Amino acid sequence: MFKRSDQDTRPSVHIVVDGASLVAREGDTVSAALLASGRDVRRLTAVSGAPRLPYCMMGVCFDCLVTIDGVGNRQGCLVPVAEGMRIEIQKGKREIGR
Amino acid sequence: MHKDYDVAVVGGGLLGSAIAWGLGRLGKRVAVLDEGDIAKRASRANFALVWVQSKGLGMPAYTGWTVRASEAWGKLATELKQQSGLDVALQQNGGFHLTLGEDEYAQRTQLITRMHNQAGAADYKMEMLSAAQVKTMLPLIGPEVSGGSFCPLDGHVNSLRTFRAFHTGFKRFGIDYFPEHPVSAIARSGGEFQLSTPQGEIRAAKIVLAAGNANQTLAPMVGLSAPMGPTRGQIVVTERTMPFLPHPLTTIRQTDEGTVMIGDSKEDQLDDRTLNQAVNGVMADRAQRTFPHLARLNVVRTWAGIRVMPRDGFPIYDQSETYPGAFVACCHSGVTLASNHAFDIARMVADGALEPDLVGAFSARRFDPDNAASGSGYY
Repeated sequence: MFKRSDQDTRPSVHIVVDGASLVAREGDTVSAALLASGRDVRRLTAVSGAPRLPYCMMGVCFDCLVTIDGVGNRQGCLVPVAEGMRIEIQKGKREIGR
Repeated sequence: MHKDYDVAVVGGGLLGSAIAWGLGRLGKRVAVLDEGDIAKRASRANFALVWVQSKGLGMPAYTGWTVRASEAWGKLATELKQQSGLDVALQQNGGFHLTLGEDEYAQRTQLITRMHNQAGAADYKMEMLSAAQVKTMLPLIGPEVSGGSFCPLDGHVNSLRTFRAFHTGFKRFGIDYFPEHPVSAIARSGGEFQLSTPQGEIRAAKIVLAAGNANQTLAPMVGLSAPMGPTRGQIVVTERTMPFLPHPLTTIRQTDEGTVMIGDSKEDQLDDRTLNQAVNGVMADRAQRTFPHLARLNVVRTWAGIRVMPRDGFPIYDQSETYPGAFVACCHSGVTLASNHAFDIARMVADGALEPDLVGAFSARRFDPDNAASGSGYY
């Protein structure tokens, strides 16, 4: 759905999404990197389990909730990617202790 | 143009709604006169417990009334579901009051002993459990938890959905709901009451004053009294998390949708427009000492609300001697007692007489100087 610009020359950042390696770019937010990856990155909502993707990309809608480095319910659109970051697509409610 | 009613219920909060719904259920023509959205509603300040343990110290009749309500709640939830399709998420598998440190454990033990020793009170099987015993039922408690009391009759409910179910029921029963109708005066002539509101007059054969703190000014208009005062409480709500809490606690519960509610303070300050963060800090601190993993959760909402508190903490139900057909109902525990209000109080109002064996102890006559007693209906 999304295609990176050919003029984008930012350095690569390596992250891990649900165990798979992914190359993002410096300055990407987690949500931008997930959307650009072409993977199925739909989370499941906490109550009804409906599939959702990041939507507003500016910290308002909370549809980008994701587990980052073992911490659940992070807003992926507000967190820049970092080398070695481990991301898990959150399925439903935040888990206990995460 | 007038439309006349069998009963006008003044107050559309949880208490008034339960009574009105119960009257509609009995086939009565009912009007509910409510204030607007800016009313200081106790119905949105509640913590949604259906709670029995520790209630009634100083008035054994209140223990029995509370146990009766707990036992009737299942029937209420079932009828609301059948009528409205709304599941109010009633859960009654027992609840805890947990203690932090040895002093609190000793204090709680002493309270339980005093309750057990109180003559005439219903036995509701409240018992003290050690920290190890608590841990078998609530595995995620922290090391500071010294134990607590458990009562198998305790539970909780989704109180907002209950409120919505009552209002959905109004439509099914043909109950007329009038928002923005605060009552400024009450008169009686020709065998009916006339209620003055800014939107005109409402007439009814009987009236029930269920207006929370406003009962203080309404009750004397019809020869009744409702001595009480408001109290303020704050609640903290976290983001949703996986189910971890199979039983509600006095101050922590997890809703059917996964949020954790942390309550509930009791303050004398009566401005509900600002939050006291120091109070929230204490509540959150105690919650995370009780369940350490809660410290990781984000808080998504906090609010302050004004609640109703009769002078001695116990409910007030009366029918006026000088204005027969005028009833007053006040209570703090509008969630817990909703079943009694929907079934018992509604029946008594419909029949025109309060039943002394059930609610005789709750007359405001107990506040007469000759009858003064001490006690607390709350904790």
